[in-house]
Amino acid sequence: MSFVGRSLRRIEDRPLLMGQGAFAADCNWPGQLHMRVVRSPVAFGRILGVETEEATALEGVVAIWTIAELDDLPPIDFRQMGLERLAPYRQFVLARDYVRYVGEPVAVVVAVDPYIAEDAADLVFCDIEELEPQLDATAEPVAFMPDVHPGLMSEPAVIRRGYGDLDAAFACARRVVELEVKIGRHTGVPMETRGGLCVYDTEKDTLRLYGAAKVPHYNRDAISRMLGLAPGRLELSEGHVGGGFGIRGELYPEDVLVCAAALRLKRPVKWIEDRREHLLAANHSRDQVYRLKAAVDSRGFILGLKADFFTDQGAYVRTHGTTVTDLSAGLLPGPYVIPAYDVAGHIRLTNKTPAGTYRAPGRYESTFARERLIDAIAIELGLSPVEVRRVNLIGEAAMPFDRGFETLGTRVVYDSGKYADLLERVLAHLDYDRLQQQLTERRSRGELVGLGLGYFVEKSGLGPQDLVRMRLDMRGDIEIVTGVASVGQGVETALAQICAETLQVPIERIRVIHGQTDRIEIGFGAFASRVTVMAGSAVKIAAEALRATALEVAARLLQTTPQALRLSNGMIETVNGSASLPLGDVAAHLEETGGLTGEGRFASSHMTYPYGIHAAQVRVDPATCAVTIERYVVAYDVGRAVNPMLIEGQIVGGVAQGVGGAFLEEFVYDENGQPLAASFADYLMPTCHEVPEVEVLLREDAPSPLNPLGVKGAGEGGINAAGAALAGAIDAAIQKPGAVAQLPITPGRLHAILRGGR
Amino acid sequence: MPDKRDVTLAVNGKTYAVSIEPRRSLADVLRDDCGLTGTHLGCEHGVCGACTVLVNDKPVRSCLMFGVQAEGKVVRTVEGLADGDTLHPLQQAFWENHGLQCGFCTPGFLMLAAGALQENPDMSDDDIKDVLSSNLCRCTGYQNIVKAVRLAAREMRARTRA
Repeated sequence: MSFVGRSLRRIEDRPLLMGQGAFAADCNWPGQLHMRVVRSPVAFGRILGVETEEATALEGVVAIWTIAELDDLPPIDFRQMGLERLAPYRQFVLARDYVRYVGEPVAVVVAVDPYIAEDAADLVFCDIEELEPQLDATAEPVAFMPDVHPGLMSEPAVIRRGYGDLDAAFACARRVVELEVKIGRHTGVPMETRGGLCVYDTEKDTLRLYGAAKVPHYNRDAISRMLGLAPGRLELSEGHVGGGFGIRGELYPEDVLVCAAALRLKRPVKWIEDRREHLLAANHSRDQVYRLKAAVDSRGFILGLKADFFTDQGAYVRTHGTTVTDLSAGLLPGPYVIPAYDVAGHIRLTNKTPAGTYRAPGRYESTFARERLIDAIAIELGLSPVEVRRVNLIGEAAMPFDRGFETLGTRVVYDSGKYADLLERVLAHLDYDRLQQQLTERRSRGELVGLGLGYFVEKSGLGPQDLVRMRLDMRGDIEIVTGVASVGQGVETALAQICAETLQVPIERIRVIHGQTDRIEIGFGAFASRVTVMAGSAVKIAAEALRATALEVAARLLQTTPQALRLSNGMIETVNGSASLPLGDVAAHLEETGGLTGEGRFASSHMTYPYGIHAAQVRVDPATCAVTIERYVVAYDVGRAVNPMLIEGQIVGGVAQGVGGAFLEEFVYDENGQPLAASFADYLMPTCHEVPEVEVLLREDAPSPLNPLGVKGAGEGGINAAGAALAGAIDAAIQKPGAVAQLPITPGRLHAILRGGR
Repeated sequence: MPDKRDVTLAVNGKTYAVSIEPRRSLADVLRDDCGLTGTHLGCEHGVCGACTVLVNDKPVRSCLMFGVQAEGKVVRTVEGLADGDTLHPLQQAFWENHGLQCGFCTPGFLMLAAGALQENPDMSDDDIKDVLSSNLCRCTGYQNIVKAVRLAAREMRARTRA
């Protein structure tokens, strides 16, 4: 029976449906204390003092610390893409000398009750000399911390990439098309806020942090380094995780503080953030401005592309280092040939919440910019936007396609793809010409309706490796131990299906252990759509090893050869059906010699590159400037679909977030750097009314040659081109080509466009 | 420490005698004093609906109600939805139709839908969507949640007729 490729319901759902989940806030320990963070009320200023006396006097308060008491803790280091020159811009766990954004941790209160901790935190007074905040990433850089780091400016790095002869491209261009676009500041905002419970074991003198997510092994090592803990003294444990989206599970000041508090007080300490804190303190993302200049020939073929862009990194450089800017620069060319390219990505610090990755980091942004450019080229040359895309797409024969530079430390080589084929499939699905005719007719009757397209290349399956250990017990149940993590995307089911495919065991009999640092020595976590590619491949290898052992042992027991045996429904049977025995019996036979086990390690130095297209049809209400999405199509080639239902879930969920970023979500600041979107009343996320029904064309036309399953990660294609396609659709609907140059497209901005501005 | 009050709560058919500060939200009382952590807190100001429970059969944001206000009322949480090991039709439909991913918002959606369907078993598809638009989900894009509730409503109507 086949397990891979089937839309099986998830093995992880039952406890979640019954209210028996184990999210961070659900973890409790007898005698636990509660931590509350005191946060900066101003965007930029010099700390003159932090007054804690009144708070300390409150009954039930156990400790209040500022950086003075935690002076031995180093700043939080980079997990990815660190550069030496970025080091001075790292964030300490509590503000030191300066505060650089509203919400920055200044002090920490530990008390016997969370309400008391919050009361006490309100009594802590931060005496801060306010300074002029920097709020525009495109403005001239300013001093980062004038007194502490004289001369250190707010542009920590410029990421440059390029190839080809750009001068020659512009010299022979038929036309030069220029464009400036902006993507708003928004982020992942999982429904579960961050949190953790750190338990100190007095007997063993060890710590255990519950509520871990995303990269538990990395975070264990990083926290251990910061606190000076020897290996083995800190373990991290992941329970249920209420959404990841890139931001959750990165190492934040609060994660270190809760461990430091447990270690110092030798008591369990729990920290759960509230939503306001989350919106002020967890990573922001996006917020880029692109300036593009393309040299094109008469067919709209891009001969050369010059790009400058600015990433508003916020107040500090956090764990992601240069990741977002690096990925933006690396994937801006997308699915197009572009023979000459030169890009400069400016990382700029401002006095806003620090930024990191959010689902399709650097791609939601760069796809918006690139696809706006393609639309602009079509307008300038009087060509159809479809035709311009067609002439620029990388051909099938050019695969694997080497872009000629690196991103995330790996060479950008598109491993496989049938880009033109997918475009034709989408056009056929839409019945494109007829649809455009219908829309034209509706517009002639006064309706503001239009269609937009966005083509994109995703990346997934970042290495370096992952390890899986698998054990089949005497009852025939299987336990898979992996170092990856789950952020709610269906990891357990996907890995179980891959295991079941090889071992022919129902997935209900498979248990997947993830995110437990004491169960496996290495693990690289859940990010960059890597789990199915990396851990999935390791599961396949481990299952094949276990299968080989099982067949060999069974052959001896049944007095035949392994070749004469097959697996079916938890049994090993002879091909002719004459004899059989349960897999659990084989395990029992091996019990004294270590049991029936398999190990798989999968390493990869290259990423895989899934690709897809978004098509959006919208209607604009000229009176209210409300936008209705009438139709939404996502075509996505993931190489091979392990569970189509889960992949469609990823795509539809991604579209919803993409719609949020396109129309609703924006961290707005006033001129003093005060955040104006610090609650769900102001930071608007889509409800089921704003999210359209999504038609998913899930394709498996170009399997990845880089892993034994042929899979490519499916987590980020649903969001990638949403801003691009919706912007194109609105342009078409209001018949103002190139009008949408900024996301989110709020009613106010659309009103300004309709009234005659851009 | 602030004064506490002794309160008796009726939750999922059980009685809980708790001693709580008047300022404690019903959500915190359910989670911390009754140990019913299936009710989740997503925003604590009544927008996201993750903390939705039924109070006297009506969906209520338990973050916006004080625990002491629930005295004398009948509270139902997600833990009281299934019949032993047998899932409620809503839970079953969420499972079959992939109506959850991370599962954090799920208890709130289940209780919201359970309350709405209890009040009006014959909700139209549009009515269902209107009701469900009062809660937030960040993973699923809602498509499968809406589908699951529509199918569960149909199933529940069929059972009532049978």
